[in-house]
Amino acid sequence: MFTFNEDRSLFPRHDEKGKPIVDVESGQFTKIWQGPIHPGMTGNMSLELTIQGDEIMDCVTHVGYLHRGFEKLMERRRFIQCFPICVRVAVPEPDFNEYCLASTIEELSGIEVPEAANWMRTLLLEMSRLQSYLAQMGGQGSSFGLGLIGQWTIWARDLVLDRFEEITGGRIYHMHMPPGGVRSLLPAGFVGRMNETLDEISAVMEEVERVLFHNSVFKKRAIGLGYIDPNWVDEYGITGPNARAAGVAKDVRKDNPYLMYDRLDFDVHLEYESDVFARAKVRYRDILTTIDLIRQILPQVPTKGEFMAEVPNVLHWKIPYGETYKRAECTRGEYGYYTVTDGSGYPRRINVRGPSYTHAVTLMEKMAINLNIADTAGVMSSLHTYPPEVER
Amino acid sequence: MSLKDVLMPFTAWGNLFKTPVTIKDSRNVEAAPRYRGFHMNDADKCIGCGTCEEICQNAAIDLVEVAGYEAKDGDSGLRPMIDYGRCCWCALCVDVCTTQSLRLTNEYKWISSDPEDFRFVPGVDEKHWNNRTEGYTKMDGYDLYSTQRVEMGELHAEERDKSFVEMIKGYSLEQAQKEADRCVECGICIATCPAHMGIPRYIEAVRHGDMEEGLRILYETNPLPEICGRICTHKCETVCSLNHKGDALSIRWLKRYIADQVPAERYKEILGTDKIVKNGKKVAIVGAGPAGLSAAHYLSLMGYQVKVYEVQEAPGGMTRYGIPEYRLPYDMIDKDIDYIKSLGAEFQFGTRVGVDVPLETLEKEYDAVFAATGLHLGRSTRVPGSDHKRVYQAIDLLRDVSYGKEIDLSEKIVVVGGGNVAMDITRTIARLQNKKYGKVGVTATCLEAEGSMPADDEEVIEAREENATIDPGWGPQEIIVENGEIKGLRVAKCLRIFDDEGRFNPTMDMENQKVFEAEMIVESIGQGMDISYTDNIKEKLTFGPRGRIQVSPDFQSDIPWLFVGGDIIEGPDVIHGIANGHKAAKGIDKFLKGK
Repeated sequence: MFTFNEDRSLFPRHDEKGKPIVDVESGQFTKIWQGPIHPGMTGNMSLELTIQGDEIMDCVTHVGYLHRGFEKLMERRRFIQCFPICVRVAVPEPDFNEYCLASTIEELSGIEVPEAANWMRTLLLEMSRLQSYLAQMGGQGSSFGLGLIGQWTIWARDLVLDRFEEITGGRIYHMHMPPGGVRSLLPAGFVGRMNETLDEISAVMEEVERVLFHNSVFKKRAIGLGYIDPNWVDEYGITGPNARAAGVAKDVRKDNPYLMYDRLDFDVHLEYESDVFARAKVRYRDILTTIDLIRQILPQVPTKGEFMAEVPNVLHWKIPYGETYKRAECTRGEYGYYTVTDGSGYPRRINVRGPSYTHAVTLMEKMAINLNIADTAGVMSSLHTYPPEVER
Repeated sequence: MSLKDVLMPFTAWGNLFKTPVTIKDSRNVEAAPRYRGFHMNDADKCIGCGTCEEICQNAAIDLVEVAGYEAKDGDSGLRPMIDYGRCCWCALCVDVCTTQSLRLTNEYKWISSDPEDFRFVPGVDEKHWNNRTEGYTKMDGYDLYSTQRVEMGELHAEERDKSFVEMIKGYSLEQAQKEADRCVECGICIATCPAHMGIPRYIEAVRHGDMEEGLRILYETNPLPEICGRICTHKCETVCSLNHKGDALSIRWLKRYIADQVPAERYKEILGTDKIVKNGKKVAIVGAGPAGLSAAHYLSLMGYQVKVYEVQEAPGGMTRYGIPEYRLPYDMIDKDIDYIKSLGAEFQFGTRVGVDVPLETLEKEYDAVFAATGLHLGRSTRVPGSDHKRVYQAIDLLRDVSYGKEIDLSEKIVVVGGGNVAMDITRTIARLQNKKYGKVGVTATCLEAEGSMPADDEEVIEAREENATIDPGWGPQEIIVENGEIKGLRVAKCLRIFDDEGRFNPTMDMENQKVFEAEMIVESIGQGMDISYTDNIKEKLTFGPRGRIQVSPDFQSDIPWLFVGGDIIEGPDVIHGIANGHKAAKGIDKFLKGK
């Protein structure tokens, strides 16, 4: 039996390109697949793990289980027809796709969106952020065996979906921000019901704070786990809470304000420990900030007035040559759409920049090394990645 | 790690005493009032335009034939069938629906073991949500295409009330393209247009700024685009799907725009008609109106030697001698006709077939004859006094104006009639009076009440702008003549025009009468035909209602060499004439090739 007596952090050795040297044929390693169907995965992707004992020596991420080719499909759709497709790029948080796509098309067509629509969009994006964070928070607890958190937060998320249903007519795919504006303003009595929902979620969050963040099991497992070096942030293109928990203040809403964010008062929350616990704390504080932001936005959304700019006939809407990149801060980090138009009635190219790609594919490969296999689900969950967004 | 961290999670037990949030039977959960659930279509309101099918990015919608709905003007007779295997409930079909008949209900529960069930025709197939009123509908405040037409520039009333200068200015390129952008390409118009013009295709050409292609498309079915682009009765616009929630597309003005943009000298090159191979056969056409011209055009293209006999001094028929110049300038008529002449069609003017040339001569000299002599006889009201010499027929006066003859005007004139011809003569008289007397003293009256006059609404509005008086809803009873001079027209209030069986049988309220003062009366209650040139062969022809000669779908009469079309068969209007002429040309070709 081979025993490794050197400093374990040096194992496995890396070649000059930084790739771990693992000789699977040597009989010293076991190869296992975590995913694509695995409760510890955050969706349809898998980790090909090379382990020794219960320690991960090498990790290769595999995607391709969820490739629907939306970017390519959109090249064969009229601009308005991209709008129902794009939401499916990131299933649990679709609104950012709607916003980014619409804003690129609007910029390339020179359409100015009415202010009421911008308020509505800001509200919808914050509501989307809230429900996405709540789902993640449940997943984060569950990945360490704390299933109760998920039961609470998924219920709380459903309350947000109820409110979405009221405005847009849909729970998951809202399809409410076509290029040009939004499809409606708020229904009657919405503000009161939304405030009630926020009260209920605040109460849930207080419990989550007690049960998750003052939980010896969670602390023991999460503190110090899944460390992201602040130096990796730029190297790996890390954004969002993953960067903020490493002490790097990155938030598109502050760095490059869009919609109505420059008229809202909020802070960017930083942690410095950069472990699973720190990331969970950043997200927890973000949820509270989002609740506060929604409370700030609600009274400012106009109840009447124009909510959709005049758009060309959508059946033969052509956009002159141009390219642009528009971004927004989603729960995972910087979300962006790069759209190229060529004067035809179809986009020449749409590229979706989803933060999950960098976090789930490249960063996870690096972070998995020397991890205990029991912790992969927790680390994966703490990166908050959505495989549909990786593959588009 | 502290003791607190060990104990704190146990606070979760506090939830044990709360009411569970779990819904025991989720089947009873009602969706939000604007939930995007199953489709519902008001099939009676729907016109089967297919715009929903066009916008659906998943191809989940197919337009299908359904029982109980037949194709008719303004309705394709088809209705959308939704495939729930493909639908993603984006509701773009609802947003784009031209009639706003399609909506989504807030029902979302539907169980069936047969997958085929999930392809259904909403509003036609019986579904348990058909009576639901809640659900997603498009909000007011936006549209996915413009519902308002680009306004057409026209001369103001004070600029045009003394002149015969064309009052419609025409679109600029930018305006034309903006207007063309509104088209949803449903094609409902194609079916209704008597000539079945490729309307969405030429409108697309305008959008692309390709007027040459536009002209090619126009000439496929209509060789008089300048004329039609100005005075067509535009049945296409009446049925335009955009008409249901906004303004119909300005199809006529866009057609005019294309024709206006291409100079006449480029027609042959663009239309590829430089070299026509003659087939040696000869066809005579009687009447140089739209039908005759259309036949002459298409027969010339097929290689026939065509000669057109016309009683007037210039070609155009009713377009030249019945429509005032402010609506249709003569040089525009000439532009269309000069091109037809350039294809080799010969014209002989001032020749009345049946008088100057017997029909038998044409039979001998030509392989086939197409008669399209139009409606040039005015109809009289036959009320007492209508035989007075100062009672005129509108059509005669309009012809005289076209010839440049001086009209013996009076200061007060009454026009009897409410159709477009009545408006033409009213507005013509208004201009002439304005020139002569500096004021307008013309009143038009008709049986039909306000709002149901047969004339186009804009004609009535514009006539009023030009200070003509339009006083509809009166039936003429007597022309009052004193000392040999007309003093006025006595009228009675018209209660209804048609009887219970739908026959023309006006009922008057004789208690409610009044007199329109006038020194001259113009009758404009329709025109009749003069087909006396067929007298010698009458027994070989079959006549239908109103003395119309019966023809086959190819416009062939019972005498094989004689084809008949235009206003004396169908219409009366320009586009029917054009369509008749085209079909007759094809019929003649079929007949002569089979000979």
